[in-house]
Amino acid sequence: MLYIFQILNGLGLGMIYFLISVGLTIIFGLLNFVNFAHGAFFMVGGYLCYSLVALTGSFWISLLIGPLIVAFLAWVSEKTLFHRIYHLPHTFHILVTVGIALILQESAIIIWGPIGKNIAVPQELQGVVTLWSFAYPVYRLFLIAFTIVIGMILWFLLERTRFGALVRAGSESAEMVSLLGVNIHRLFAQTFALGVGLAGLAGILSAPIRGVHPFMGVEVLGIAFVVVVIGGMGSFIGALMGGLMVGLVQSVMSTVWPEGASLMIYGAMAAVILLRPYGLFGRA
Amino acid sequence: MLNIASVHSYYGKSHILEGISMTIGEGELVTLLGRNGAGKTTTLRSITGVVRPQSGSITFLGREMAGREIHEIAQAGISLVPEHRGIFGMLSVEENLAIAVRPGHWTMAGIYEFFPRLYERRKNGGNTLSGGEQQMLSIARGLLTNPRLLLLDEPTEGLAPVIVDEISKALLKIKETGMSVLLVEQNLQICEKLGDRHYVLEEGRIVYSGSAEEFATDHSIQDRYLSVGV
Repeated sequence: MLYIFQILNGLGLGMIYFLISVGLTIIFGLLNFVNFAHGAFFMVGGYLCYSLVALTGSFWISLLIGPLIVAFLAWVSEKTLFHRIYHLPHTFHILVTVGIALILQESAIIIWGPIGKNIAVPQELQGVVTLWSFAYPVYRLFLIAFTIVIGMILWFLLERTRFGALVRAGSESAEMVSLLGVNIHRLFAQTFALGVGLAGLAGILSAPIRGVHPFMGVEVLGIAFVVVVIGGMGSFIGALMGGLMVGLVQSVMSTVWPEGASLMIYGAMAAVILLRPYGLFGRA
Repeated sequence: MLNIASVHSYYGKSHILEGISMTIGEGELVTLLGRNGAGKTTTLRSITGVVRPQSGSITFLGREMAGREIHEIAQAGISLVPEHRGIFGMLSVEENLAIAVRPGHWTMAGIYEFFPRLYERRKNGGNTLSGGEQQMLSIARGLLTNPRLLLLDEPTEGLAPVIVDEISKALLKIKETGMSVLLVEQNLQICEKLGDRHYVLEEGRIVYSGSAEEFATDHSIQDRYLSVGV
């Protein structure tokens, strides 16, 4: 029974990791841009959830508006700053995005204080579902179902629409996409906003479970990179499988061998790097 | 329709185009010949904005193109079928075509009729195509943007003679639709068969320009500029 509980927890956690990592990986695939501010935007999503719930009293409003605000912030930072450094080596991307991450983190401390906040589970989703002798929180089930729907919409967007085809084409050759008359700068900005918006959404969804604190972005950034390395840079299915794998390992191990949970994740990453340097679903 | 006047282009510090001038008229098929490294591809890349000319002017339908963004030049009606074809390997044939479509004479249905092979292969990935199929796809994609001027960079390079024939027939049909074409090609027979006028490029300069008749009768041009390495 305990294991079913942990597996469900792991699925929910894994889907959160998927939402964060898929944005990171799409951005890397198309823009060849390493975004170390990705975790900070996840944190901003969490705090927006806190403030929007405090302001409007509704988790649903924050779930609707929060990701859009994060995406808008991302779009503005892409248009004003990030697009200027795409052509530079990755080290410059890291330098600039870590700077932005620190600014966001310190701003959160100034605005909301250094101590974390809790966010109540929305009323409609409080309580537990009981199946036989097994009880599981409703919100966590909602989280799994909701993220699956988001994942399906995202898959459809990337695999079945013109926008998605352009994103995939652009990951192969941005120049060739421009030569077809497509404004690649606009595509870059939209994709960046989409990817970061997903991190914001993940921040909002995880807020009622794990609360929010100024350093939540740092924690999650490391895990997101692990997921992307395991799944393969630029791969949607890789982000999904990697996210679920890391979520499940973390959750199950926390019961079996709590001290070893992080070790197992990084051990898995090391094994993948040794056996498949481009990740499980990556391409050379 | 296209007017290039004393264009200078660089790759880093190396001076590739040293003041070239040429024109292409409405409905004309003009070829650009020259040895490897003469600057033919750089000429196409300068016209399409991939390389920004250092100086000089490129006007298309009366509007200045030099210094504009790649997509603006493409939207103005210039389409490049690049060397190495630029196929998106992770996309299906159909997706490769669909992302290029802009309204005009050429439609998906029309393209599938023009290249039946692409219709058969429409569900396949771009990376599964043969060289000839890739070239057809690249030309088809260029046409689907419905350009006024089509630039082709060595469309028959590395292809088997049977396929070269097929591509050359396709180019003739495209010409007959009244499309203006600038063809960079090493295959002299194709150039002579299709070209209304010819330019020869050597070390970044236009060293010859003339009509098809003049070019065909004056073999000294070919001996002088094209014999080695063509």
